This record gives sequence, structure tokens and C-alpha cells, in this order.
Amino acid sequence: MSDESKKAPYIVPIGPNHPALKEPVMFTFEMEGEVVREVDFAPGQAHRGIEWMGMRRNPVQIVHLTDRICGICGVSHTLAFARAVEQVAGIEVPERADYIRTIIAEFERIQSHLLWAGVAAHELGFDSLLHLTWKVREQSMDVIENLTGNRVNYGIVQVGGVRRDIVLEQHPIIDDCLGTYEGLLGKLLSLFLDDKTITMRCRDCGVLSKKEALELCTVGPTARASGVNVDLRQDYPYAAYGDLDVRAILPEQHMGETHGDVYDRIVVRLLEVGQSCQIIRQCLSEMPAGPVTAEEKLAKLLAICKKAQGEAIGRVEAPRGECFHYVRMDGKDAPHTWKVKASSYSNLMSWIPMLRGEQIADIPIIIASIDPCLSCTDRIAVISHGHRSVLAKEDLHRLSVEKTRRLQR
Amino acid sequence: MRFLPLFPELVRQLFREPATNRFPAKYLPPTVTGFLHDVAAGRARLTPPVPTPPEFRGKIAYARDSCIGCGLCTKICPSHAIELLPTKKIRIWIDQCIFCSQCTSICPKSSLTMSPEFLLADEDRYSEDLIVE
Ligand code: SF4
Ligand code: SF4
Repeated sequence: MSDESKKAPYIVPIGPNHPALKEPVMFTFEMEGEVVREVDFAPGQAHRGIEWMGMRRNPVQIVHLTDRICGICGVSHTLAFARAVEQVAGIEVPERADYIRTIIAEFERIQSHLLWAGVAAHELGFDSLLHLTWKVREQSMDVIENLTGNRVNYGIVQVGGVRRDIVLEQHPIIDDCLGTYEGLLGKLLSLFLDDKTITMRCRDCGVLSKKEALELCTVGPTARASGVNVDLRQDYPYAAYGDLDVRAILPEQHMGETHGDVYDRIVVRLLEVGQSCQIIRQCLSEMPAGPVTAEEKLAKLLAICKKAQGEAIGRVEAPRGECFHYVRMDGKDAPHTWKVKASSYSNLMSWIPMLRGEQIADIPIIIASIDPCLSCTDRIAVISHGHRSVLAKEDLHRLSVEKTRRLQR
Repeated sequence: MRFLPLFPELVRQLFREPATNRFPAKYLPPTVTGFLHDVAAGRARLTPPVPTPPEFRGKIAYARDSCIGCGLCTKICPSHAIELLPTKKIRIWIDQCIFCSQCTSICPKSSLTMSPEFLLADEDRYSEDLIVE
């Protein structure tokens, strides 16, 4: 107060590439002393052209492309895409396939949340906790590898069902893994939540109020940690979730109150690991017998997809929130349009209210607390326009001039 | 609330086996290629990799004789890794393959299978090891 010049705001740019950032994004912080006064960010620094590639391939091929949109929530993307295509083509997925999809999706949630817990510990400076969580995460990766054939990019979901069945011999491996996690959960909760330093760093840090969470349309654990009761598995059940008992996990169930801070986001994610274990157990015991795919012959499946006409959306509750795929097919091999909205896209805007008023040292953990996945979010913008599908700047300019002319007439 | 609930766990870790498999050797050799030459010459011992699970999807194996050249696999391959040759046989560019196993499921003659081989790192993407025909 005495010396105004000392408090003059200054700008700290971080990104687009920075050692502290796991993925490319550009932040501009307006600082006042140690405190963030205003923040702006520019995503869209990673162009991958996945949708462009997809619109040149048939649905059976695109499924494997969707697997690679995100290395962590591959099954969510494949599932959302497959569900969209199944709706367009009118393919009925067998019940057993739905259960297997659910099991894999829940294992994915377990490994994703544990991965995030490790990253959060790392951002707080607890590298030993990072290594411990990632060590226990390995077991879920091993189970996934056993069920699907690969640790990442599982390639298990295909339009019409799944590509591999879960046989009886695999049940003990799954049971063993679930037992480990159920036993570990209490320990993990106490390592994270009872630690005085973690509590001091995370309590009331990066707060997102329920109102802001609703206004910014945040999804997934980020929204739930602010007390918003949303979970696609409960609100719009897909796969086998309709038969299962899934309720959104809210921090007040465990803590008795909701702060909407980083701490609550840890609570929600860790409790969801336990919830996923329960869901998998329920799936294993209730799984009906039967085929795992609607159409075993791939050539026939391709023919069905080729005939399909129409549009549909597929929505899936990914570990980070709602993952959304829009597909439009018009009787050709490749879809006419394919648009992906990854969950982080909905969550990024919540950074701004979270970061405002926080200290510079809290930036990494707040940024990490929404579990951002920028590679999923950033893709090339494709406009399908007659025979030309990628519009250069000149083309856009020409279109704009044409439109002005049209309006002038 | 406690200070350092992690501490007893850390002490316990000191007496446990490391969780990672020390592949290819306990300590990183100065040059991996040199180390592999030593292994071939019997001067060094390779720590074996973690065994692959059943039905692992590794490098593709192609049974050339049974292939009828129908070209279905080239149509289904997501990464365009398969080339249909004029001789009605195929060539697979492993450097492009994403190990999805979609070609093995569509092949009417079961000419394609996934082998458990996964050590495919190479300096040349067109090396003999990375082309199956
Ligand atoms: S495994 Fe997949 S990517 Fe590899 S050749 Fe077969 S279809 Fe192509
Ligand atoms: S699908 Fe099988 S039989 Fe047909 S070309 Fe490919 S490898 Fe040969």
C-alpha cells in the first residue's frame, strides 16, 4: 500500500511449451506480487488432424484411431464413437459385450485416477508418493493388458461389440487386482488426505464454486468436486450402467462438506477408484452369457456401416468427464463428419476462476487438478465443404468476402 | 491429521525388491548396441524382459503360402501398413503397423497372426526386420 510501484501488475507468460507443463498450452498470468490477478490461456497448440484422418477411413478403422486420441482414456473414445456409429447403423449390441465394455471402462478409470493422483503428488513435491501410486497402478495396467492384449491403445471395442471375451480363467486375475485396490484404498486415502502438508496445500486452494461449475459447464470429477451431481453413468446410462447401481460421488458424502477445492478433487477421484472396483465386481457376477459382438464377420460389418445414413452422438463418462462424439454418415465408406469433444474441453474454462487470486506456487497443482488432457482437446479444424475439406486462410477470406457481397445485394 | 503418514511406508520400501524389471541389464550399459554384441558373444548376460501375456499383439507373422491375395486386409488396416503386391501377395510395413490385429481378424485364410515379438526398435525404418512379406 505504501509503495504502489512494487505492486504494479506484471505479466508472466508460461507456455506454449514449458518444462512445467506436460502438454502444450499457453498461459498468460497477470501477477500482482505473488498473487494471480487475472489469467488467460490459449489452448489449441497441438494440431494432430485426427478427425481429418478419420474422415478418410471407414468406421472399423476409425475405432483404432479413436483409441489414439488419448493414451489414457482410449476406451472412452472408442466407446463413444462406436455407440454413435451403432445408433446410425441400427446395430444392436449384445448384452455381454455391454458388460465387458463396462469392465474395461472402469479399469481405465482406475488406472487414470491413480495416474492423476501420482501427478498431483508430484506437483506438490511428493515424488515418493508419485512412485508409490504409479507402482500400484501397474497392477491395473497388467489386468488391462491381460484382458485386451495391450497396456495402452487397447483396441478392444469394435463397432457392434467387443473383440475379446472375458473367460472364466481371467476372473481370478481381475478379482486379485480388485482385492488389492480395495485393500489399498484406505491407505491411499490416508496418505493423501491425512497428510498435513497436502491438506495445507490443497484445502481452499483453486476453489470452483458450484455456481461457477454449473455456469462453465464443467464435467466429470471437476464438477462433482464442486458439488454438482452429474455423472453420465447415472444420468444417461450407456453400456451396462443401466443395470448397475451407480451414484455420482460427491465430496460431502465422505467429508461432510463441499469446498470445491483441489482437496475435494483428490477426494472424489480416490473414492471413484473404490466405486469402480464395486462396479467391476457387480459386472463380473451379473454378466450374462452370449455373443460379444453383433456381427462377427468384419466384411459384413463394413457393408452395414457403408449402407448407414444419418447422424448420431455417442456420450461416455470418461475418467475426466463427458466424452462426446458426433458422427454423420451418408452411405459412403467414410463418415461425412466426425467431431470429437473431449472432456477436458469442457473443463478448461474452469481454470480461470480457480486460478484467480491464487499464489504463483499453487499454479501447477491447480492446473493439474482438473486432470487436463490437451492432446485430446486440440485437433485440427476441418470444414467439409464440397470436394475441398481443409480451408486455408485465403479460402476463408474469400468465403467471407462472398458472404459480405451476398448480404450487400 | 498427521505429519508424514508416508514415512513408515517409505522405510518399508527400503527393504523391498524394486518394482521395475531391470531390462536389459542391472545398470544401463554405456552403449546398448555394444552391450547386445557382448551378449551375442557370451560376454554379458541379458536380464530377460517381462513375459508377454497370452494373446499379446506383437509383430505380425505372415503365412505367405496360404494367402489368396484377396486384399481384405489392406482395406481394413487403419494405418495403411499393408500393400497388395502385383504378385497377389502382401507386404507389411511394420514401422507403420499399430498392432491393432484387425487384419488378422478379417483374413479369410488365417494367413496373418500376431506373434509375441515386441523388441522392434531399429535405426532404419526400412530394415529387413520391419518388412514382412
Ligand atoms: S495389425 Fe493393424 S495396423 Fe498392423 S497391419 Fe494389421 S491391420 Fe494394419
Ligand atoms: S486378407 Fe489374408 S488372404 Fe486376403 S490378402 Fe490379406 S493376408 Fe492374404
